[in-house]
Amino acid sequence: MEVSIYPGCSLEGLAKSYMESVEAVSKTLGIELRELANWTCCGSASAHVMNDDLAVALAARNLGIAEKAGMDLVVPCAACYQRLKVAEKHLRQGKPVEGLPVKYEGSFQIRTMPDFFWENVGEKALIEKVKNPLQELNPVCYYGCLTSRPPKITDAKNPEDPQEMDRVLRSLGANVKNWSFKADCCGGDLTLTRPDLHMKLTQRILDMAIEAGADCIAVACPMCHENLDSKQAEISQETGRTYNIPIFYFTELMGLAFGDPAAEKWLSRHTVDPLPLLREKGLLEMQVRR
Amino acid sequence: MTVTELPRTVVPNPSFRKQVEEKSGEKITACYQCEKCTNGCPLAFAMDIVPHKLMRSVHFGLKDEVLNSDTIWICASCETCTTRCPNGIDIAHVMDSLRQISQAEGIKASQPQVPVFHKAFLASMKRFGRVHEGEMAAMYILKTGGLKGLMSMAGMAIDMFKKGKIKILPSRPNKQVRDIFRAAERKGK
Repeated sequence: MEVSIYPGCSLEGLAKSYMESVEAVSKTLGIELRELANWTCCGSASAHVMNDDLAVALAARNLGIAEKAGMDLVVPCAACYQRLKVAEKHLRQGKPVEGLPVKYEGSFQIRTMPDFFWENVGEKALIEKVKNPLQELNPVCYYGCLTSRPPKITDAKNPEDPQEMDRVLRSLGANVKNWSFKADCCGGDLTLTRPDLHMKLTQRILDMAIEAGADCIAVACPMCHENLDSKQAEISQETGRTYNIPIFYFTELMGLAFGDPAAEKWLSRHTVDPLPLLREKGLLEMQVRR
Repeated sequence: MTVTELPRTVVPNPSFRKQVEEKSGEKITACYQCEKCTNGCPLAFAMDIVPHKLMRSVHFGLKDEVLNSDTIWICASCETCTTRCPNGIDIAHVMDSLRQISQAEGIKASQPQVPVFHKAFLASMKRFGRVHEGEMAAMYILKTGGLKGLMSMAGMAIDMFKKGKIKILPSRPNKQVRDIFRAAERKGK
């Protein structure tokens, strides 16, 4: 199976582990990822906050490239996904794009990573590749805001209670916990502009995950990962409660289940060290055995 | 006088509401104050005018209160309000429109660091086609916290660099992205 991929800026930097794990598990599953030629930034939050035309045009440019490639498009970053979907809806209505002619016919689908692995690749193909079932692991799945909302843009089937990542990880053997904070906001870029507020939102998400009985959180968004992972020591200091809960890209967990030897490199970039948990659950020996 | 001090006598002035409706394409008068937006808003606790009151304030034409509020710059665009509004108002988009009106009219943002952040982000995009996170964050911190602020972040930056979380070289500038920016800037004038 061949698909186009729009990595987004973060996957070249902050979320390198997300990119590498997406590439590795895709390879294992026999999926050929074709990176959009000469893609550029989707506009992110800053464009839509400051200028509506800019927001649509920056995202639409990339859909023009995807149209030429002629394959379905997977988008690992939640924010990029939503911005590309906004442009898709705009172009589908036949509206013009300011500053750039975009040739678009809408011959392809735009998918989130969890959606793609669950709907297009499917449970059977996933199970076939499992070498190390994630049986002892108790994750909650955190989808973040922008793969879900607003559903008239994202086409999310269950915007208040998304399921695809839960199903992917369950099929790999994980004991996925249910909770009500799957799509609650982590604060997004408030992490830089109002770190006090961002830490309150993050703490609430960590608290709810722990209350649900989770020992880790699986995410599908670079911003969610950075926000949940990087401030736990600071939150601990401020609240007097110890927070030390590993945050995984869900594709890293897929890689662990598939026995990918590169997993340790991806995990070494985390702020909260996930290795003690994985060792305790017997999920790391296979790395050492290689 | 802030909106939180309501009730007070207000003479509704439709001109601001019309301005916002035209800019956003959203129907402000469709709001019947059910408060679903406020109840679902993860940041309502930090806002000076909670979302349903903001909508009412726009409806009444309380332009100064709205455009000087913390609310429009604290909103994180999570779009919970938009998703749940029973009358289909894209409230998050109304927030964008309010920010854009306030910027266009030269109003000093109550949370001045927020537009500084977005401008740094857009500048990086325009310069390189793709955002270079390290450069963008450094420019933002320099503009809000000065050299001292930048130095205080150096330890963290080195740590992230060592982990390979900061891209080394920025991307090459992209002509089409620059054209898009130029068109938007022209139209904004």
